[in-house]
Amino acid sequence: MLSRSRALQKFLPFISLAVLFVALSIASPYFLTATNLSSVIRQTAVINTMALGMTLVIVSGGIDLSVGSILAFSGVMGTMTMVDSGSVLMGIAVGVACGAFWGFANGLMISALRIPPFIVTLGTLGIVRGMSLVISGGLPVVGLPEEHSFLGEGSIGPVPFVLVVLAGCAVIMHFALHSTKLGRYTYAIGSNEHAATYAGIAVGRYKVAIYALCGLLTGLAGMIETSRLMTGQPTAGVSYELQVIAAVVIGGGSLAGGEGSVIGTLIGAFIMGLLSNGSDLLGVNPYWQQVIIGAIIIMAVAVDQARKRRFAT
Amino acid sequence: MLLELTAIRKSFGGVHALRNAELSVEAGEVHAVVGENGAGKSTLMKIIAGLESRDGGEMRWKGRSVSFATPGEARSLGIGMVHQESLLAPHLTVAENVFLGREPQRGAWLDGAAMERQTARIIESNRFPLKAGWKVEQLRPAQKQLVEICRVLHGNPSLLIFDEPTSSLSQAETAKVFRTVRELRERGIAIIYITHKLVELMDVADHITIMRDGESVHTGRMAGMTVDEIVRHMVGRSISAFFSRKKYPPGEERLKVDLPGVQFHVRAGEIVGVAGLVGAGRTEVCETVFGISPPPPGAVSVNGLPRDIQNPNDAVRVGIALVTEDRQRSGLAAELAVKNNITLANLGAVCAAGVVLSAKERGVAEDYRARLKMRTDSVDREARLLSGGNQQKVVIAKWLFRNTEVVLFDEPTRGIDVGAKAEVFALMDEMARQGKALLMVSSELTELLQVADRILVMREGTLVAELPRETTQREIMHHAAVGEQREDRAHA
Repeated sequence: MLSRSRALQKFLPFISLAVLFVALSIASPYFLTATNLSSVIRQTAVINTMALGMTLVIVSGGIDLSVGSILAFSGVMGTMTMVDSGSVLMGIAVGVACGAFWGFANGLMISALRIPPFIVTLGTLGIVRGMSLVISGGLPVVGLPEEHSFLGEGSIGPVPFVLVVLAGCAVIMHFALHSTKLGRYTYAIGSNEHAATYAGIAVGRYKVAIYALCGLLTGLAGMIETSRLMTGQPTAGVSYELQVIAAVVIGGGSLAGGEGSVIGTLIGAFIMGLLSNGSDLLGVNPYWQQVIIGAIIIMAVAVDQARKRRFAT
Repeated sequence: MLLELTAIRKSFGGVHALRNAELSVEAGEVHAVVGENGAGKSTLMKIIAGLESRDGGEMRWKGRSVSFATPGEARSLGIGMVHQESLLAPHLTVAENVFLGREPQRGAWLDGAAMERQTARIIESNRFPLKAGWKVEQLRPAQKQLVEICRVLHGNPSLLIFDEPTSSLSQAETAKVFRTVRELRERGIAIIYITHKLVELMDVADHITIMRDGESVHTGRMAGMTVDEIVRHMVGRSISAFFSRKKYPPGEERLKVDLPGVQFHVRAGEIVGVAGLVGAGRTEVCETVFGISPPPPGAVSVNGLPRDIQNPNDAVRVGIALVTEDRQRSGLAAELAVKNNITLANLGAVCAAGVVLSAKERGVAEDYRARLKMRTDSVDREARLLSGGNQQKVVIAKWLFRNTEVVLFDEPTRGIDVGAKAEVFALMDEMARQGKALLMVSSELTELLQVADRILVMREGTLVAELPRETTQREIMHHAAVGEQREDRAHA
């Protein structure tokens, strides 16, 4: 009895997603079409990819507010490289590397200068956004090679290519979080940073790796975004950090650290994606969508807290 | 009868914490409540103090049937509780903590001067080593405990519950707490006193109630009870409360420490004890050797080689482990599974190319669970769900698995019960026999005398004496407290 109700609550995000899916299938005849589903996947791919990295950061007890700005910076740098060199792959590589660079810088400042992550990334949120505007002169980068659209808009048979990319990243991140040293130390640092330090773990170095990985995935998301828009927008990704954090939290991540999972985060991101898609299909006022998503975040955390209180000793 | 509890029941999500608990406390007596971890003492106290509700049974206060929905209700009737864990706001001062939630005001403003003045009065009348204006975050655990005591005393209670008030205190400070307890009793205040230190009870308690598995199994007068008798009731079988260790000839020097005012060495196979009052700098020595606050270059040598230790990562690499004083803060990753805590300091050993081999990890954890007799139904259980003694075994297992040559133990028996203590000592003995060098900081002189080969005594940050294992408590206290006695004389 005990374990059953516990399991039920653990799978609550998944059940919510399933219920939402079924409800939308019934409510709208357009929902369950291949066109609509693949558009949901394409729309949520950017937030989903970023949320994978954010999961790692949040499990470690940190936060990264700069991801929206990093997304724009990577996009601008990547597309500029693409336009200059004519090589799509080189552009993507530069974009991803720029993301990893800023993540690395965040991690270094957090570890070496011992500044709380909230403050460091609040700072880089402004710095990186400003840098993207300076480098691009505030104008979108245009004239991208046609092939670049494949990343965000292409398909392999019926499967959107971006789903393949996302699934690949998710599998790697799931594995990294649950089965590698990096992942284990991430949970340990988030659960009790003192205990991790006292266990002889080089906490600072692992934090740098965690933020760098988050940045890297954000860089990749930035390139997906440019592929969907076919421009490099220095103003892209404003306030994405909030959606990304919301996805992790709805999926069971705790801002106090030590808790969260890749599967949970994916479910969280898809719940938000479906809510937004469903509202569009059902003609719900987009202003109300914001209200609904905000309420869902609070409810998700409230349920999680209630679960913890019940099973505390 | 001041307080009378009968047939109290309480369960948490299907687990019975209390099944048939009974307790009767007379006005103006000191009533000891003992039992192993998990026996239900703390839950019973929380029910009395209004922190938990009961599922069944009756509670009578001065003959009247009562139920408290909040701690405030219990407090307003005169029941105060000194908590085991520190529940203080670290960024506030001692005075601000004592008055937290009931600040004196002058109009709309807080009356800071009155808070300081009244707190200073409580501190002075109890002769606590505190100042009203000190920030709580800078205090050692023992001093924080004293702040908790001040806080309760300020409410003028007629019943005081002490939940392990001396678990973090040195012998001299424990004596002071006892003096406080006796003074309170003389003023007619009844005291319920929970402790793991059975020897202490003999001095201070009038009655004793012994709990086991959520039931009261014995209640009666303290006079005439022996420690062995109490232990037998607690564990339901007869075990020796005392551990005695054979002496072995020590081997080569493993650890050498050369800090200003603190020079010592520990050889293979040795357990060296460190005694001293709280604040004498014993924990600081451990933390320095372990790189928490890095020692000067060359100050720490392992196996004859001077080592540069900048952080705990370096310390572990050169073969030094630290079992910390504060399990919750720095010993355990509480939300991680038992098995993950055990492998945390040596994860590489269960990894291949950075990937954790979960079958191997489980095997290691199961091995330590069996060897250390950890009481948990699974190594997948979150560490926070274990009792104090079992948590300590997890911490020790972590370092056993890392297999360092030097292990520093800071208060290794703090907050753990008699049975677990003997097991911890047996483990330490085994480690020493394997040729490891052990340093053991403890405020329990009886334990140091049972376990240590030599005893170093510290006072005010300096090593003041080295005594053989045949020494006495009196001798140790003499060295540890000379400064303090001088101070007392100055007061007189």
